[in-house]
Amino acid sequence: MFPTPIEKTSRTWQLTYQGLLPIVLLIWLLPLIAVATFSIKPSADFTNGNYWGLPTSFELFTNYGKVFFESDMPRYMINSVLITVPTVIGAVALSSMTGFALGVYRFKGNLAIFFLFIAGNFVPFQILMVPVRDISVNLGLYDTKVGLVLFHIAFQTGFCTLFMRNFIKALPYELIEAARVEGIAEWRIFWFVVLPLMKPALAALSVLIFTFIWNDYFWAVVLTQGPDAQPVTAGITSFNSQYRAAYHLMSAGSIVAALPPVAMFFLMQKHFIAGLTLGAVK
Amino acid sequence: MTALPDPTSQPQRSWYKRNEIAVTPWLFLLPGMFFFAFYVIYPIFQSFWISFHEWDGLGEKVWVGTANYERLLGGDRKFETSFWNNLKWLFLYLLAIPAGLSIALLLNQKVRGIRLYKSLFFFPFVLSQVVVGLVFSWFYLPREGLLNAILAVVGAGPVNILGDPSTATYGIIAAGLWPQTAYCMILYLTGLNAVDPEQIEAARLDGAKGHRMLWHVVLPQLKPATFIAFVVTIIGALRSFDLISVMTNGGPFGSTRVLSFYMYEESLSEFGFRMGYGAAIAVVLFFIMLFFIVYFLWSMYQDERGGR
Repeated sequence: MFPTPIEKTSRTWQLTYQGLLPIVLLIWLLPLIAVATFSIKPSADFTNGNYWGLPTSFELFTNYGKVFFESDMPRYMINSVLITVPTVIGAVALSSMTGFALGVYRFKGNLAIFFLFIAGNFVPFQILMVPVRDISVNLGLYDTKVGLVLFHIAFQTGFCTLFMRNFIKALPYELIEAARVEGIAEWRIFWFVVLPLMKPALAALSVLIFTFIWNDYFWAVVLTQGPDAQPVTAGITSFNSQYRAAYHLMSAGSIVAALPPVAMFFLMQKHFIAGLTLGAVK
Repeated sequence: MTALPDPTSQPQRSWYKRNEIAVTPWLFLLPGMFFFAFYVIYPIFQSFWISFHEWDGLGEKVWVGTANYERLLGGDRKFETSFWNNLKWLFLYLLAIPAGLSIALLLNQKVRGIRLYKSLFFFPFVLSQVVVGLVFSWFYLPREGLLNAILAVVGAGPVNILGDPSTATYGIIAAGLWPQTAYCMILYLTGLNAVDPEQIEAARLDGAKGHRMLWHVVLPQLKPATFIAFVVTIIGALRSFDLISVMTNGGPFGSTRVLSFYMYEESLSEFGFRMGYGAAIAVVLFFIMLFFIVYFLWSMYQDERGGR
């Protein structure tokens, strides 16, 4: 193990290390702690210039209550859910199929198609922006959730295919061969042999895509406009202009907007990190 | 797409059975490839086409040849600022890699509660860039911000990082480095976990320790992690848009624009949509990216050939 395990070092260094950790963490999360403190302060603290002293009163429920009941935030949150969940399902479904095709079969053009998916995934969004906006307008999907979902599915398929294909390729090929010898149809091999083995990949990819799409901002502002379709990342800016300089409410609003992916991460940590670090170890 | 064999042409059962292994992969690829071609591949070519036109997004496209590019490369001050800022982003964003490695080395221990520490160090990555941008712009606020409150304690004068054209870009990059460092950290933690303990022990017996051990024994084994960290950091640097849009909206005096932001601004500007000019900026950005994409793909291809 590197660096030297702490239990093999001197007692003083062990104590220093244990003492150091919380301090480093505190500094690391300082901007976030600041926002969390803002979000429980009463507005009077801001008018009185008491920015960093202790809150004069504890206003967690008032502030968050305002966010939930007196603003468009819930609508934006629901939009985000209605955009994120179908995208996750669509992208994972499509890419488990493409991943299966590219990971199991040998055919001419296999590697070329695979690299096309990877390359597309690296492309800057801006080169897609004008045409995709135009396509959406022409299909009548501009400023709708469906328009956003369709594009997200298509774009995420690139990354998901990379992920799924590498996962499937690492599965024992003998299983598929054995199934073929038994005379099982190819689509049944996919459904009954490969898919059950892909559960960890499906879980990892789902949490990753959920986070990516929930946090998307660029496409939200390019393809949607108002509270009817905008997800929370785009909605938060109009929320903030509604409560200009009301830092306690803006802070509460952004914490609410950030919460679902954070919860997802802490609940599904193992899958999340497995997905994110795929390929970091050979 | 047109080269695909048409699988919908009602094959006789026996024909399908005979060609099952050849046809199935195409059937499975078809939906994904259709989506991807329609929304990703085709728009890339369309952007090239649009960049040779003047177009407001609604009316007729007017062919202007290379006029957009001539204007862009012939002394557009905004373009120059954006381009230099992109270079700053590229270089400074790479600091996330050594920073992430340092934190990973700090946390690669087995003490009580270390798992929670790892998650808490990582979780800025899970926040959306919009939230990160807001959090940092409040952190930097000249009057209310925590940064100036801390500076006041040590006696340093208030700074207005995002209001000063000479510091604003660095302030935004620092905000971007926060989640990016977390990402690199988790890559390295995973990598460190898989470092071969026997090699470490052998090197230790040979008297290697500290940074010599890190450089000659550990880092070579972390190469795959470094590669991915490099890929995601470069891509992240060139995609920087959300933070700029949220924190400064390109200001003050346009000093924080990057190509991706400038492109958006031109295409959907308040003074009429200049989609042709925007597309031309996007094409330039695409070529900068292409340089890296080709390198990444080439490296991955080398790996593939080594595999099955």
